[in-house]
Amino acid sequence: MEPVLEIKGVSKSFPGVKALQDVSFSVGKGEVVGLIGENGAGKSTLLKVLNGIYQPDVGGVFVDGAPVRITSPRDAFDKGIAMVFQEQLILPNLTVAENIFLGREEEFLRYGLISKSRMNAAAAVELRKVHLNVHPGKRCADLTFADRQMVEIAKALSLDSRIKGDVTILLDEPTSVLEKKEIDLLFGIINDLKQRASIVFISHRLEEVLAISDRVYVMRDGKVIFETPAKSATIKALHQHMVGRQLHHEYYREARQTAATAVPVLEAQGLAKRGGFSNVSFTLHEGEIIGIAGVIGSGREDLAKCLAGHKPVDAGILKIGGKLASFRAAHDATARGIGFVPSERKIEGLVASFSVAENMTLAALPKFVSGGIIRFADEKKTADDWVAQLKIKTPSTATMVGSLSGGNQQKVVLAKWRVAGVRVVILDHPTRGIDVGAKEDVYELIRDMTAEGLAVVLLGDTLDEVIGMSSRILVMRDGEIAATFDAAPGKKPTQVELVEHMV
Amino acid sequence: MLRRLGCLRPAASFLLVGTETALSRALVKTIPLQSRWRDLAPVAVLVALCILITAFSPNFLSISNFIGLLNSSAIPMVLCMGATFIILMGSIDLSVEGIVAVSAVLVSLLVENDTTSYSIGLLAVPVAILVGGAMGFLNGFLHVKLKTPSFMTTLGVGFAGIGIATTVLGGFTARISDQSVRFLSLGRVLGLPVAAWIACGAVLLSLLVQERTRLGRWLYAIGADEITAGYAGIPIEKTRILIFTVAGLFYGLAGVMSVAQFGQGHALIAQGRLFTTVTAVVVGGTALSGGVGSVLNSVIGVFIVTILANGMILMGVPPYVQQGVQGLLIIVAVTLALDRTRLDVVK
Repeated sequence: MEPVLEIKGVSKSFPGVKALQDVSFSVGKGEVVGLIGENGAGKSTLLKVLNGIYQPDVGGVFVDGAPVRITSPRDAFDKGIAMVFQEQLILPNLTVAENIFLGREEEFLRYGLISKSRMNAAAAVELRKVHLNVHPGKRCADLTFADRQMVEIAKALSLDSRIKGDVTILLDEPTSVLEKKEIDLLFGIINDLKQRASIVFISHRLEEVLAISDRVYVMRDGKVIFETPAKSATIKALHQHMVGRQLHHEYYREARQTAATAVPVLEAQGLAKRGGFSNVSFTLHEGEIIGIAGVIGSGREDLAKCLAGHKPVDAGILKIGGKLASFRAAHDATARGIGFVPSERKIEGLVASFSVAENMTLAALPKFVSGGIIRFADEKKTADDWVAQLKIKTPSTATMVGSLSGGNQQKVVLAKWRVAGVRVVILDHPTRGIDVGAKEDVYELIRDMTAEGLAVVLLGDTLDEVIGMSSRILVMRDGEIAATFDAAPGKKPTQVELVEHMV
Repeated sequence: MLRRLGCLRPAASFLLVGTETALSRALVKTIPLQSRWRDLAPVAVLVALCILITAFSPNFLSISNFIGLLNSSAIPMVLCMGATFIILMGSIDLSVEGIVAVSAVLVSLLVENDTTSYSIGLLAVPVAILVGGAMGFLNGFLHVKLKTPSFMTTLGVGFAGIGIATTVLGGFTARISDQSVRFLSLGRVLGLPVAAWIACGAVLLSLLVQERTRLGRWLYAIGADEITAGYAGIPIEKTRILIFTVAGLFYGLAGVMSVAQFGQGHALIAQGRLFTTVTAVVVGGTALSGGVGSVLNSVIGVFIVTILANGMILMGVPPYVQQGVQGLLIIVAVTLALDRTRLDVVK
C-alpha cells in the first residue's frame, strides 16, 4: 500500500533520554495503524514528531512520498494531519465552536469580523459527526471531561472537510477517559473515516487496538521492535514484545526484598476522592513495598497524592502508626512521617535553584535551626554524609540541583526524605526519565530504605518495575482496587495476570 | 454570545447579535451556582455601593452628580479598555502613567498654548493616539523580543515616559488655550459630556474587538494557555505586540482627554491613574491570571472605583482615609473574584 504518511530513520533525543532511535513508521491510505508500548516507550514522542511539535534530530518525514518539514501542529493541519492529544488541549474559557476553529477563524471572517452564527453552524456539523449533543456556543469549562474529549476529536475531524488531499488523524490514547458507549461510537467514527482518512491509534488496551487496527507497531525503549498485521497478532505475543525481557531478579534486587513485619505503619479504610477513587482499603507494614498498578485514569495517581496530603480525601479513614490522620496540606503528611517523591521531579520534587544541601534539608529545616538561624555547618555535614552514602555525583553540596543528572536529582529527593526521618515514602514513578544505570541505583536505595524499616508505596513506571520491586501489588481499575497480589520473591505474579484486572 | 460575564450576557448578546438572548439565558442557568455568584459579584458590589452612598447622602442621586460621575469615569474607562486586553492575555501593563504623560505633554505643546507657537488644533488627537500606540508597541516589542516579563518591561517604559515628559517641559506646566481641544472635556452633546461619549465609543470599539475579531479571540486563548494557542497556529508574538500597541493607543487617547480636562499638560498629569486602572479591571472581575474577564467587567469596575471615590467625597471622608479604603477594595475584590479551588500555588 502506498503510504500517505511515513517517517524513516527518525531519532530524537532530550537531555538524558533517547526518546526515539532510528524509528521508521508508515501509514497507508485508509489504514488504521495501532501503536502500542509501555510508558516511556516513545509512542507519544513519535506522534508529536508526526504532528510537528518536535522536529526529528535525524531522519525524514514524508507526506505522500515527498519529504516535508512539519514545523508546528498548525503546519501539520495544513498538510492534512490532525492530532487528538492525551492531555487535552481544549481551552476552558472559550466556547466549543471557538475551540474547534481556534487559529482558523479566517473562513468565518467578513470585513475582519467573525460571524459567530456561521462558526457555530459549522461547529454543529462537526459535533454531529461525534454525536455530541451540546450547543456550539457553550463554554468548554461547563462540559464534562469526556465531552471535552469528544470536542477535541471533533476538532481533528474538522480537517476532513477542509483539506483536499489525504487526511491522517493521530489519536493519542483517546479512549482512556471515555465510557464504553463513547468508545463504541469512536470506533464507529474511525470505521466511517477509513473511506477517506488514515488513522494512527495509541492505546494501552491491547484488545481495543487489535479490534480496530489493520496493522500494529510495538515500541520499546524508543525503538520500533515489532510490526504485524492485526489479523495475525495475539494479545499475548504483543505483550511479550512490549515488555521484551524476562524478569531480571538481580535488576530489581529481589534478593533484598524484605518480608513485611506485622507492624502496620499506614492503614487506609474506605478512602475515597470524588472523580478519583473510592473504597480503597489496605494496610502498609514496616519494611513493606506496596506497588499500585493501573492505567491512566485508574485513580492511582490521585490516591498517591491524597496519601501524601497534596490533595484532601473526601471520605474514609487514614491511620498512621495506629493514630487517625487527616491531611489538609502536604506539610501535615510530612509532619506525620510521610514523604512524597512526585513524578514531576523538576516541578514538585526539587527546587532547582537551591543547592544539593538546601534541597536535602528542605523538609526538615527546623532540625537545622537554632534561634531562628540556620546552622550551615550542620546542614553541610548532613548533606555530605548523604552524598557519600547515596553515591550522588555532584561537585559539592553547594552545587545547584538543577545542574545534576536526572538520576542524581532523584537521589537528592530521596535523601531529603531520609533527612526528614519519614517512615513512609510514596514513590510516584521514581524512575521516570532517568537512564538504566541510575534506575538500578534507585532500586538499590529503595531496598536500603525498606531494610531500615521504612514502608513504601510505589507507583511504578512500568508493570515490570511494580512486579519486581513490590512485596504486595494492588491493581486499580476505575478508581477501585480490582485485585490484590502477593509478590514474594520467586512467587511474583505475571504481567498478564495483572493486566487482566487493569482493563 | 458573551461567555465571560454571567449577568451581562443577555444584555450584551442583545447588543451584539440580538438573536441569541434565549440561549444565553439558558446558558446562565447551566452554570454552577458558585461561578454564577462570582460573575455577579461586581454588579452586586456596584448596586450595594450605590444604595449605601444614597443612604448617607441623597445628593448622590442628583442629575448633576451623575453627569459629574460620567465625566470623572471617562478617562479611567478609556485606560481600562487597553489594560483589560493586556490583563486578559495574562500580562500586566504598568506603563499607564508614563504613556499618558508623554501623550499629554506632546498635545499641550502642539495645540495653542503658552509655551510653544504650534497650534495644530484637533489634529493633536490622532498624533497623541499614535504616540501612545508607538510606546505601547515598544512595550510589546521589548517584552516579546527580549523575553522580559511584561511587569518589568512596562514598569521601565512607564518610568522612561515620565522622564521624557519631565525633560521636554523641564518640569514646568504648559497651559493650553485651544478651545477645540478643551471642548473634548468641557463640551456637551445631547446633555452629556463629550468625554463620556468618547469613553462610550472606546467601550463599544473594545467590545467589538473582544467579541468579533480574531485578535479578541486569540488574546483569550493566549491568556488561557499559550502553548495550546501556539499549537493552533496563533501567531503569539505578533498578537502580544499588537495588544500592547492597542493598549498604548487607548492610553494616548486618555492623554488628550487629560489635557482637555485640566487645560494643561505636565509630566505628573496621570499620577494615580495606574492604581485606579488596575483596581478597576480587577474589581470588575477580570482575572490577573489571564483568560477570564471582559471589557464589560471593567466598565463595572470603573464605575465601582469612581462611585466609591465620589461617595466618599460626598460623605466627607478625609482624602487619606479614601486611599486606604481603595487599597482595601482591591484586596477584597481579588478575594471575591478568584476561583481558589483551582489554585495550588499563589504567587
